[in-house]
Amino acid sequence: MSDKATETEDLITAIETPVYLKYNFTAGAATTRFLHQVRKGKLTGQRRPECDCGHVYVPARGSCAACGLATTEEVELGDKATVQSFTIVWIPIPNNPIQPPYIVANLVPDGANISFIHLMSECDNDSVHIGQRVEAVWKPEEEWDYAMDNIRYFRPLDEPDVPIEMIGKVPLSGWEGEA
Amino acid sequence: MSELLRQQFELGYTYTRSTGPVVGRFLTELRRRRIVGSRGDDGRVYVPPMEFDPVTASALTEFVEVGDHGEVVSWCWISEPRESHPFDQPFAWALVRLDGADVPMVHAVCAEQGQMHTGMRVQARWVEEPRGYITDIECFEPETEGAAS
Amino acid sequence: MKDVAVVSFAQSDCRRDAGACNEVELVMPVIQQALQAIGLNSSQDVDFTCSGSCDYQQGASFAFVMGVDALGAVPPIKESHVEMDAAWALYESMLKISMGQAESALIYGFGKSSPGELPTVLSQQLDPYYLAPLWVDSVSLAALQARTLIDQGLVTEADMAAVVSRSRAQAKANNPHAQLAGDVSVDELLAEAPWVAPLRKHDCCPISDGASAMVICTLEKARAWGRPYAVIRGIDHRMESHNIGARDLTRSASTTLAADRAGVPDGPVEVAELYAPFSHQEIILSRALGLDDSTAVNPSGGVLAGNLMMASGLSRVGEVARRIMDGEIRRGVAHATSGPCLQHNLVAVLEAA
Repeated sequence: MSDKATETEDLITAIETPVYLKYNFTAGAATTRFLHQVRKGKLTGQRRPECDCGHVYVPARGSCAACGLATTEEVELGDKATVQSFTIVWIPIPNNPIQPPYIVANLVPDGANISFIHLMSECDNDSVHIGQRVEAVWKPEEEWDYAMDNIRYFRPLDEPDVPIEMIGKVPLSGWEGEA
Repeated sequence: MSELLRQQFELGYTYTRSTGPVVGRFLTELRRRRIVGSRGDDGRVYVPPMEFDPVTASALTEFVEVGDHGEVVSWCWISEPRESHPFDQPFAWALVRLDGADVPMVHAVCAEQGQMHTGMRVQARWVEEPRGYITDIECFEPETEGAAS
Repeated sequence: MKDVAVVSFAQSDCRRDAGACNEVELVMPVIQQALQAIGLNSSQDVDFTCSGSCDYQQGASFAFVMGVDALGAVPPIKESHVEMDAAWALYESMLKISMGQAESALIYGFGKSSPGELPTVLSQQLDPYYLAPLWVDSVSLAALQARTLIDQGLVTEADMAAVVSRSRAQAKANNPHAQLAGDVSVDELLAEAPWVAPLRKHDCCPISDGASAMVICTLEKARAWGRPYAVIRGIDHRMESHNIGARDLTRSASTTLAADRAGVPDGPVEVAELYAPFSHQEIILSRALGLDDSTAVNPSGGVLAGNLMMASGLSRVGEVARRIMDGEIRRGVAHATSGPCLQHNLVAVLEAA
């Protein structure tokens, strides 16, 4: 047959093939326990008391990841945390109300051993640093839901820095500087 | 145990896919309300065209124009269409072998359930403005009486 | 491929909705069960770990990475994943052992299909130009295959109902993890209305959440551990064209080829566990494997009794291995499938040591 199609019009080289799939996400047991506490304005971790490592995970996914066994005990955590790492985001993300530049940080709450990711604000971006002490700024209680954004962000505290080797080991009672 | 938490959400993958010369040619022809297949090494005509022969794996380069009428080779009846399906009303998915083709293609057939049978003659129902998608063929429908194929 | 030993296998219940479990909570119990059965504690005690799952099922990106939290992967382990049924994770692990890079491996598969609409999700694994934009679901494609068999007089609807009736009865007798089990006659099944005609709902496997896990090792290691084991004597997998129209849907040529390469015809097949998500496919597979009345097909009820998408294939191997380890049989065949209308098939031959 003739190649008229290719001679007389542009050959299609790409097509849009969007895929949209609907799901009903279920939180699972450990996350459900965590979110029910967040709904009440409390951060909690989980651990397996018998574990040698004794790690307290937040938000817990149901296991001590180090040994692969179920975390069974709820542990209360503080509103204060330590910066384990951070990045300054300069790229706007579509549909994200937060305008760059802003700070995303790995934070270890007091009483936990593992960090989670949240935002930092009310801070001078250029002076944010590893070991810095921060505290959670919660939304008004009437806005609390089963969501991590019940905490708007973390803001710096006027407390001595935590040395790197102590990050992830600060107890619930807090950090008052080197003993 | 606390009440289980659930959250509805929709995942979107907004892909644009490169078509390459074979798929691109097929879709370009669809835009002109024409259907082409490719000839395999054994002489069989594949519609839609395949880029490589499924047996010998050699590149297929010969395009063959086929008709937009054909025959139902197999079919199933969708009495309760899913939300993702192209029609709200009951319809059939079918393997349709187009006139001039050897290998049947999967597409929808819009007909009454009582009309459906293996071997039935069907014809393409084109959308008003073909854009170069497999869905330019809206569906197949029972062949009109006395229609040329 | 080197012979390897299956030394342990565990599977969860098949449940329509395991909403109370996330990925970690789904896999952790079966991994623990499989390890503890042979006196191991965590993935630290094996040389290699490989899993099979598909994140599209629950719509959770990198869910397979979260699953690693169930392994005890500190200090870091050698770990891999296939976006396929875990039967192919078994295949990868056997390659690893054959290459001498590991003497033992932990394999697990999990599926949490309940959050999404599985047949629709599976429509998006199809050809992205010609099929995915039509949203042809997996049940409909299987129905086109069933019609082809019926039209050619190769299978009747009563044959299909008989497969279902036997599955339910076997599941009731032999499978504590089954989702669908019980006594139902062929006549009762045939009296049900068609769903995606010619398929009735019971011709289609249920959608199940759950997981399974297995430990394999070299024969030397198995003897050293001193536990009962089953030997995987042969394994092979073959794939057919993605073009449904180009395939002979009434047969499974890839299964026959894989079976020959795996050595199925070399001895009696006492038990065959076949991954047939639709009733007519059990008939296609039995014929492709050349089975006759001397073989007990799907004594577990097969996946018509519960289908852990991405773990069911591994479970077929596990079901045969368990029967050999328990001393019930001496030789059996396990089959796993992937893709629409039995596109891709894996066959393993298991024997007593």
